[in-house]
Amino acid sequence: MSFEAWLFYLFALLLISSAIGVVVVRNTVYAALLLILAFFNSAALWLLLQAEFLSIVLVLVYVGAVMVLFLFIIMMLNLKVEQVKREGGKYFPFSLVVLFLLIVELIIMLQSSLFDKVITTSDTTKNIDNTAAIGLLLYKEYLFPFEVAAVILLVAIIAAIMLTLRRRGDVKTQDIEQQIQVQSSERIRLIKLPSGRQGS
Amino acid sequence: MISLTHYLTLAAILFAVSIAGIVLNRKNILLILMCIELMLLSVNLNFVAFSHYLNNLHGQIFVFFILTVAAAEAAIGLAILVVFFRNKRSIQVQDLDEMKG
Repeated sequence: MSFEAWLFYLFALLLISSAIGVVVVRNTVYAALLLILAFFNSAALWLLLQAEFLSIVLVLVYVGAVMVLFLFIIMMLNLKVEQVKREGGKYFPFSLVVLFLLIVELIIMLQSSLFDKVITTSDTTKNIDNTAAIGLLLYKEYLFPFEVAAVILLVAIIAAIMLTLRRRGDVKTQDIEQQIQVQSSERIRLIKLPSGRQGS
Repeated sequence: MISLTHYLTLAAILFAVSIAGIVLNRKNILLILMCIELMLLSVNLNFVAFSHYLNNLHGQIFVFFILTVAAAEAAIGLAILVVFFRNKRSIQVQDLDEMKG
């Protein structure tokens, strides 16, 4: 077996076992940490497939942003252990049977000679590196979907902020709207004081 | 030599494990969201493997967009989860019956 095959089996084993760990572990924090391990192994597999840009993006976006968000939410919610108790019991063997059938079906389908022939399409971006090739493709052919993706992210930001925004009545906060709408005439108020003459 | 079938089998196993996770952790929304992330990961693995073996970069562009949409989905899902927990003090799926759908 070549070195590359060893690496593939190592990372695949770690990926599958950490995914099983995500599914069966009781503590949600452990599940999130195992999911991070799964993402790292998947990034390594993508490196083996010479998709180095996407593997770095996977680590940056998923481990750096999404999973940190997950961990942050888990710790902020501060769930009790009995609150996350799963319903074991009667559906567990059924789900195992379904899982086994699904895996067997997929593997039988994949072992057929359907995917054996590799169709090499015309590839003009062979001699530049992966990041440059993706950049060229993204900004030339996929420019409009790229901008739509940016809009999707913007909508997600606004939706997440608006969903979790909470106005509390019992604390003193700045009212930004009132602050920026103030007129100069409201800043100073002249009041008439009687002069200090005695006896008048 | 590692062929395309190896990667496809790996992604299939990963997908099946995450489906089993959704069935198993039906009560906990947080774990369901994590299993959805795993399913997206296995689909992305398929895309990258096909892109490598077919020598075609368009698959990697699709992975890029799937990553974008998955990040947006996770952010909005977790925001909904936080609002739900604030109102109900629970993240159990069976408490998600406000709309009586």
